[in-house]
This record gives sequence, structure tokens and C-alpha cells, in this order.
Amino acid sequence: MMTRRLILKGTIGGLAAASGGLAGSIARAALPAGTLESQTLERLAGKQPLLKRSYRPPNYETPVEYFDNVITPNDRFFVRWHLMQIPEIDASEWRLTVSGDAATQELSLSLDQLKHEFEPAEVVAVCQCSGNRRGLSDPHVPGVEWGYGAMGNARWRGVRLKDVLARAGLRKEAVEIAFDGADRPPLDATPDFQKSLPVWKALDENTLIAYEMNGAPLPHWNGHPARIVVPGWTATYWMKKVISIRALTQPLSSFWMASAYRIPKGKFPVIDRFTTQESETTTPITEMVVNSLITNLKDGQRLPARAPAVVKGLAWDGGYGIRRVDVSVNDGRTWEQADLGVDLGRYSFRPWQYVFTPRATGPMTVMARASNAQGASQTYELIFNGPGYHNNVVQRVTVEIA
Amino acid sequence: MNATLGMAALLLTGACTSALADETTLRLKDGAEAVTVRAYCSICHSIDYVQMNAPFMKRAQWDAEVHKMVKVMGAPVPDDEVAKIIDYLTRNYGVE
Repeated sequence: MMTRRLILKGTIGGLAAASGGLAGSIARAALPAGTLESQTLERLAGKQPLLKRSYRPPNYETPVEYFDNVITPNDRFFVRWHLMQIPEIDASEWRLTVSGDAATQELSLSLDQLKHEFEPAEVVAVCQCSGNRRGLSDPHVPGVEWGYGAMGNARWRGVRLKDVLARAGLRKEAVEIAFDGADRPPLDATPDFQKSLPVWKALDENTLIAYEMNGAPLPHWNGHPARIVVPGWTATYWMKKVISIRALTQPLSSFWMASAYRIPKGKFPVIDRFTTQESETTTPITEMVVNSLITNLKDGQRLPARAPAVVKGLAWDGGYGIRRVDVSVNDGRTWEQADLGVDLGRYSFRPWQYVFTPRATGPMTVMARASNAQGASQTYELIFNGPGYHNNVVQRVTVEIA
Repeated sequence: MNATLGMAALLLTGACTSALADETTLRLKDGAEAVTVRAYCSICHSIDYVQMNAPFMKRAQWDAEVHKMVKVMGAPVPDDEVAKIIDYLTRNYGVE
């Protein structure tokens, strides 16, 4: 079981030399030197080579080059775990318990029951780690030093969480719905990874218990056989290998709610408040901020002068919908509107592209800035916060026109 | 301490079914505490966490991180080893 997970191993430097560069647009804001030294491209079982951040628990991010499609294939999807014991679950043995002091009855559901006794539902939604781009924080902050690839966009299929909660019966005193996965810490003293949602978000028709990802069973690394899908909100709530759902009359008190995954109040444009978990100064991270990624250009890349060139990328937000993406090819002096591509729904990546013809030779700095239906757009300066969350600073990629 | 180190060794060789093979190739910089760091920190995570978070962390940050691991995450590090570990991490993977 150990050896089959490791088929390919190579340093980024070696592969970059062979393929013409991989680390891409990480330029002005750079990952820590130790992160760059320790990152390797490695193939977990069933996955394409991903950028290894840590072996155990396994944390692997998707290289920017892989984001050439609006849907992120399962074998390219990033991997993020907090606790090192991650059981491989036989889907026929798996049971989901639904209980809690705000549930009128307890349920134990098999995967077959989920699939056949509830109406199926689908959503295309971005799953992005709260700490995506943490490694680009200036100054750097401790944690998993992610670059741009702790995210992906998939078509999730499963059942609505609200339908399952309705079967169990939700008392009116319910304030939060709590989730636990099958992953476990090695020490009893380590806080188990448990998360909760406010009832209103749990009852949203887009919040799912998903058993399929892009038409296939969930990969082991992404939560097989079932995970919670919370469109618009960061991945910390998307409990993988979920085995327990509890309806609670009191807020969940867990390290992972009370101390981790929190942002300073008032610094970010939060619309989705999680009031039962708010403190005087901090609040749980909830919805994703509007963001974009240039996917086809990297620093130092050469483009021919007087020939049409294309800038391609992806844009997303917390579920309000991307309204426009503006591109600058002169370091931000002037901006032009990019063409938006296929619309797979307001929780999905939105592809965009901008075609232009460079005239003068020399370095050219390309930037992209997405705006959403709320009128929010990306920032030019980092909104610094200790955990390194919500980094949506406009990228700067400098190419060479020759 | 021997019992704890024994537990760490057991976890690394047998019980941790999710450990990935290649973390055994990871090396820590030489130092008196390198063995201690590997023994305690590896109970719960591979030591690439250390290198990944280098070299930007100041002594106060390594101090906070090690104390978080002990007090919050339950790392069974004896009191008299905590300061030595912080010192080793700051000298080898941080900034004074």
C-alpha cells in the first residue's frame, strides 16, 4: 500500500529544466526558500504528479499548468489532510450516522440508501483551501505553504444535506450542523478534525453530501466514499470521508472552529456571517473572496512581437457570480475587458481569455483582475492576516516580447 | 522519554497506515536535537513541515509553534526538551 502510491518522483528544478518551467507565475510574491527546496512533484495513487508540500499528512497542490480546463480532473485535484490516519473505506461497509440533540431521530445510512432513497442533486463548484496562496504572504506566515494550486473545480453529485436532515427531523432549536470524518489523529490528545455549519448554510439547496466527483466515485484522497460540498465556502467545511452529521442546539466547540480557520473581523468583505461562532475580534472564514488565476503564461516566457497573443485564465468567487475580468498588458496602466467563457453556474470557475498583439519588444507585465456580481474585486495589496487566508492579490506575470 | 520514543518508532514503522514511503528520505540539519525533533514531531507529521516553514520564522514564532504542538495538539514532549527543540529550530530553520 505504501509503495504503489509513489511512482514518480522528481524535483521541480529538474522537471522545470526539462519542460521549460513549472513554478510559473510565482514571481513578485515568492514561496519561502525552504518551501521551494522541499517541494517535489510526486504521484499519489490515482493521481497525476502533484506538488508535494508534505508527505504526512498528505498535502499536495495542483501545478498551475494543470488548470487548462474549467473542470479540474479528479487525478489533478489537490489533496489536503490535517490528520495522518486516513482509512481507505470500503463503500459497502460505510455508514453515515445522523444524530445530535437537535435531531428528532437518529439515522444510519448506507451509500445505497443515500443513492436510492433521496433525490440526486448536482452542482459545479470550486473547492479551495482557505490557505490557498498562503506561501505568497508577505511577510510569510507559518502553515502549509501553498502556492496557487490548493483548489479545483468539479461537478459534484450526491444528495442535498437538507433532505437528509429533514429525514432525521430538525428541531427548531438547532443552531449548527456538525461534521466528522473518518480521519483520525495518532494521539488521543490531538483535537479530532470536526467542523460545523450554521443551519441556514446547511439547509441551502446547493449544500450536498456528494458521492461522485466529475462522474466518478470520489478518489480516496478527496474523501471517498462521501464528502460534504459547501459551494461558495472554503474547503475547510467540505468534510471528507464524512461519517457523522450532528444537529446541535449549541455551537460546536472544537479547536478547528474556535481557534483555527478564523479571520479578523472587519478586514474582508464578508456577506455570509457565521454568527454563532463569532468572537469580539475574529470570525470563522466563510465564503471565498473574488479571485482569478492566469493559467497559460509564466514569468520569463517569450512571446513573438507583432503576432496575436492570448492570456487565459480562470475566475471565481463565493457564489455571487463573476461579472467581468479585466486584463492589463502594461503593468496596470490601462485595462481591457477579457472575454468570459462557458458559464457552469455561479459556484464554478469561469474561464476567460484576452487576445492582443504586442508591438514593442522587451519585458511586458500582464495582470488580471476579476470582479463579481456584488461589485467586489481583487486587491492590489495583500490584506495581511496571521493565518494567511483570503489572498486575492492581483497576479503580475512578466513575459518577454521578442 | 524512552517509552515515548518507543511509541514514536512504533507509529512510524507499523501503525501509521497513511504514512507515505518517501518521507524516510527526509533529513534534518545536523544538531544535538535533530534526533529529538525527528522522534517527537514525526509522531504526527513528516518533517518536511519544518523545512517548508523555513527560513522565515523568528524565535518567537518557532516558540509559539512548538508550544501549540505541545499544548493544543498534545505532542508528548517533556518540559526539558521544549526549549532545546525551539533553539534547534530557530538556529537551523529560522532567523534569530
